[in-house]
Formats: sequence, structure tokens, C-alpha cells
Amino acid sequence: MNEKDIKFLENIFKKYYFEHFDLFQSQERTNQREFGYQKFNSGMSRHISLKDSKELRLMLIQNVPSDVYCSNAYYSFPSLPMNEKEWLEADLIFDIDAKDLDLPCREKHVVGICSQCNEISQNKQKCSKCSSTKIDKKSLPCQICIDSSKKEVSKLVEILVSDFAISRENIQIFFSGNEGFHVYVFNSQFQNLGSRERSELVDYIMFKGALPEKFGMKKFKPDRNSFPDFSEGGWRGRFSKFAYGSKSNRSKTISGFLSSGYSNFQNTLDEASNQIGVKIDPNVTMDIHRIFRLPGSINSKSGLVKNQCENLDKFQPYTDSCFHSDELVEIIANCPVEFKLKNKKFGPYNNQKISIPTFAAVYLVCKNLATVA
Amino acid sequence: MLSLGQDEIAKYPFLADAGQYLRDKGFSLEQFGSDPDLKQLIIKAYERIEVAANGQIYKSDLSEDQVLKQSALPREVFSFLLAIVLLKLSNAHTLIKRFALAEARRAEKYLERDLGNISDESKKQLAVKVINDLFSIQVEKIEDNFVIPISDYIKHSINFHEREWKLINRHVENGLVFLSSHETVRLIRKELGSYINLKINNSKTPSMIPGFEEYVEKLVSLSKKFSSVIVTTGEYPPCIKHAIEVLEKGENLPHSGRFMLATYLLSKGQTVEQIVPLFKNAPDYNERVTTYQLNHLAGTSGSSTKYSCPSCEKLRTQSLCFATSECENIISPLQFGKRRIS
Repeated sequence: MNEKDIKFLENIFKKYYFEHFDLFQSQERTNQREFGYQKFNSGMSRHISLKDSKELRLMLIQNVPSDVYCSNAYYSFPSLPMNEKEWLEADLIFDIDAKDLDLPCREKHVVGICSQCNEISQNKQKCSKCSSTKIDKKSLPCQICIDSSKKEVSKLVEILVSDFAISRENIQIFFSGNEGFHVYVFNSQFQNLGSRERSELVDYIMFKGALPEKFGMKKFKPDRNSFPDFSEGGWRGRFSKFAYGSKSNRSKTISGFLSSGYSNFQNTLDEASNQIGVKIDPNVTMDIHRIFRLPGSINSKSGLVKNQCENLDKFQPYTDSCFHSDELVEIIANCPVEFKLKNKKFGPYNNQKISIPTFAAVYLVCKNLATVA
Repeated sequence: MLSLGQDEIAKYPFLADAGQYLRDKGFSLEQFGSDPDLKQLIIKAYERIEVAANGQIYKSDLSEDQVLKQSALPREVFSFLLAIVLLKLSNAHTLIKRFALAEARRAEKYLERDLGNISDESKKQLAVKVINDLFSIQVEKIEDNFVIPISDYIKHSINFHEREWKLINRHVENGLVFLSSHETVRLIRKELGSYINLKINNSKTPSMIPGFEEYVEKLVSLSKKFSSVIVTTGEYPPCIKHAIEVLEKGENLPHSGRFMLATYLLSKGQTVEQIVPLFKNAPDYNERVTTYQLNHLAGTSGSSTKYSCPSCEKLRTQSLCFATSECENIISPLQFGKRRIS
């Protein structure tokens, strides 16, 4: 990113830090968390300890970071090197990202930027100008991406509540600021679990590793009665709804399972994992030393804010997370696909000088699809 | 410490304070070496270890919760205590491990029976207390099931590599995992083994006692049977091959994949300089950054923590596992291609 663009974004971000600091959620036990930030075109500064939100505000205004992070873990000494921090516990966190959902719409709104010659096109495999295969992909997510991600969030919350007995007031949902959602679980029985233990929770939530025997299909002498019932709780119940479709189909479906045999049943379970398992990013949940984007901060991949969704169904990130002004700015935009922000359509632009509202200009500059004129 | 009755000590001898027990009964170790009647117990102790070494469970004189003869009880405890003395004197670590595991499995049987005991509430309570005190698992009985909190379950179940222990293959409801008495006890087998192992390792080694020498020597030669040589084929496991292929094609390998590849190669003795060029086709390659990160993983910069290669299980969760039939029975990519020759 060039100096002029950085200056432009820094001014906008600084304004946001001044005017919207109330959106930064005060973190429980701030003094036990590790904070970190990145500045434009620069590396990560981490192992930062802050006493309270006043110190956070100071950090934001002094450094004007592009991205701000905070650990989900609590430490005795958050500012020391990792192995001296003394890990105490960590909130359970989940990342649901539209890019992991294998959505067919992506084809239409992912743009490739060649790392060698900066050519921008919709060709994601190879640069059409210099044939390089080093392509940096930028997505401009659509409504389908958001709706599909929301569906995954709802599936996740249902499992957290009914299987893991987590109360709804201990679950918080945030728009990630780009193309997904972050879910936090506080004060649960899982606070002190390590990484390996958390990967078991991940497999559970993703419905990975299910054995035919446990879902009704025995290897030897299979028996109709061991298949799950429609009304059962947990994954057996969810699987039966997926497999039978309706209560009345149970008997017929089981006959089908029995005649097609054990290994086909394993395939059905694997298929179920793709369909009904929740598509979370396993690495995020397993990581107990992560610094995770701070609620209330701006995501520099888009200029949008990571803010809380009180009502997930009604939440519209491209309106509700867009906090920059409508003031017009001149930019040179090169964006081959259309996008929508604050209910207005923008693009496509073919290397052209345009005058557009600041919030849209920020979005394009953050995506490297425009530069300030 | 739990207060134990006579038959409980016989079932769970590792819970007793060995020295105190001998003193209470009015015996010294020397007597076992010299008194011909008591010497029988050393033979019994040796047999107890031999059975364990062969992977079997020592068949007790206690049967079906009923004690055959009153005198069998102290004999049971003595043979256990003497076995520990013999193991300490022979200093055979493989035998100690095998003995601890076999004793754990023996105790497991009693725990399971006590836990499922509907007629004697006090026996059930003792089993629940052993599990609670020793392994911090809160067990509760709901109808025919034993239920434990999910977090307690996972802390123990991750020690198993069989898929049936995965949380996904368990009845989970309302924050709890539902188990049978057999499964509840099976869950702590490894920890019970480690607990007994630790107890043996922490006990003092006495100086040689006359009358014990013959059995100590027999144990030393028995332990030699269990040493083996490991050879490796040197071939990369499929997960590593796949990661290298992805990089060679210039495609993006996720952070977790790069971590796996780097830690694997570092563990196999490659240097940072040898590994750096592998990443040069990555879309975001930067030699300085790659070198910095590799040095960090190798522990030569930063926190000096050397990062280890992730387990197969973790790689499966991260969708980085491409197992073939040759991967059977391994739990880490580092074990791929290793063969044990006895």
C-alpha cells in the first residue's frame, strides 16, 4: 500500500478511534489480557498489557493501528514472553468465515491481485498479464455469504446451549469485520481446557470422526433398533433429522442403510459432517494463546468494524458495521465486481477516477482495489 | 488420604502407605528374605511381576468380592509391596511400567464392580471417592448411567486413540457425558497406571536384602527381553508429502500446514537453511520472514521454546491428514516408517 493511501486510512481510523471509542467493549479482567496491534505496512506488536480502557484509548490514539487484538486467554503476566506469561484460562472462541463454506457465489465476487505485476482480474489461478501463479485473493462478500455464515452461527449456538449447557447470556456474537462472525463463550466449564482438549470440542461441533456403531450401524449383525430416533437429543437426533427427513421416513431409511452396508453408512456420516456439522475454523478454537481481533476495532481488510450482533437475524453488517462518513472522496478504482454498502450499489470500476462516499472508498482502498487520487 | 478397610487395601494396595502397613502388621523386609514361610511371598511377588510383564492381569486370590480366606488378604497386599521392592532393587524401568499398567487394570475390575454395586452403597461411594480424589472427576449416577462433566471427560479421553472415545461418539446432553460403569473406570486406566508408576518411582530404593538377590537377578534378565531396536525407512509420511506438493505447485499452504512441515523437518534434523527454500513458491514468500519464523520454531530465536510436530489427531482436525494404510497405529507423523525389531 502506498504512503498516500496509508495516510488516508490512518486519518479515517483515527477519527473513528476518537468518535466511536464507546464501541470498544471493555474486556473482562483487562489487566490479565495480552493486547497487540498492527500498523499499516508493518509487523505485529504484541505482548502488551493494559490496565484499563483509558490505556487502550491512549494506545489507539498514539499509534493509530490498522488492527487491534486482544487475547482470549488470561495471564498472570501478560506482557512477558509467551512461556513466562503464566497462562490461567481462556474464553472459548469460534471463527466462522464465509470463505470456508464452499459457496458457489464466491466465484462471482473474488478478485485476484497478481503479486508480481499488480494486475487485477477475476482470474484466480494465473495472472492474465504476466502468467504468475502468485495471486492474492480479495473477496467482496455478498448477501449469500452473510446469510450462510449466520446459519452456521445459529447451528453453533444451538449446540452450545443444548449439548454443552452454556447459558445464552454467556454467548456473544460479533461480525468479524470482513466476511464472517466471531463467537465468544464466557464462564463455561471449558475455561481451563488446553489446546488438545479444545480440538475434541471442535470435532464434536464439526461432527467429525463419527463411528457407524454409535449412530446405529453395527459391523456385525446390524439391528434396526440401535438407529437413532427422531426425537433424540444431541448428534444422534440431529443426524436422524438429516438422514430420515421426516419421522415417517425412519423405517424406510433404515432399511436402505441396512441393505447398503457398513462402509456406505460411513460415507453417509461423512456427508452428514459436510452438511450438518458446523463449519468453524478449527485453528482458532484450538489456539489458547491467540490474540483475537478486539471487539469494537476496525478490520483493515475491509474498513468495517467488528461489532456485536444483538439480534443476529436482523443484523446487516454492510450497514450496521459501516461507521465512516458519507463525505465524497476521489479515488482511482479498479474493481471488476459490484458490491453493496449502506444499501447502495457500487462498481464495477475499470481503473477509473471516481468520486464516492468515504465509507466505500475506505472499503476499496483496504481491499487494495483502489488508491486515493 | 482415604481411610481403607482390610479388603479395600487388598483391592487397591497402591492406596496404602507401604511402610506403615508392614509396621502395623509387625513385619520387617528382612524377615521376608529369611523366614522360609514368608519367602513364599517373594515368589508370589515375582510371579505377579512376571504375569504383568507378559501383558496379563495377575489373578487374584480375591474372587467375586468375597474373600476366600481371611489370610489371603494380607498375602495380597504383601505380594504387591514386595513386588515393588523387587522392582526397585532391579531398577528395570520397562518392568515397572508394565507392572503399573497391569495393576491398574486389576484395580479397574474392582472399581467397576464397586461402582456398579447396587446392594452396597458404601462400596459404590468408595469407588466414586477414589475416582474423585485421585483423578478429579466428578461422577454422578443418573438412572443407569454415570455422568461426568464434558470438560472432565475430555481431559481423560484425549489419552485414547480409539475413535469410540471421541466426544462425538458419546451420548452428550446438558453439559454432561453419559457412561457405563465400565467406561467410567476405563477412562482413568492410563492415569491409574501413571499414578501407580509414580508411586513406585517415588518410593525409596532399599539396599539389597539377603534372600531377595535371586529374584532381583531374574528380573534383570527378564527386563532384557523387552528391549528392542527401532529402524526407519526414511520416507516422508503422506501429510508431509502433500504439504511439499502444495508448495511446489505454488499454491497456498495454510499457516497450520506450514507449521506442521517446518516442525516435522526440524525434528528430523534438517537445518533452517535447508528448509527455507521449500517455501520460496508460496504466494506470500519473503525470505527474511520465513527465516525468522523457522528460527522461532527451532527455538534458536525468541522464547527459545522448540516447537514440536503436531499429532496425527490434531492434523486430522486441521484437515491436513492424508493417511494411507502405512499410517496405521501411528499417532504422530514422526513415527511414520518406524519399525520395532525385538
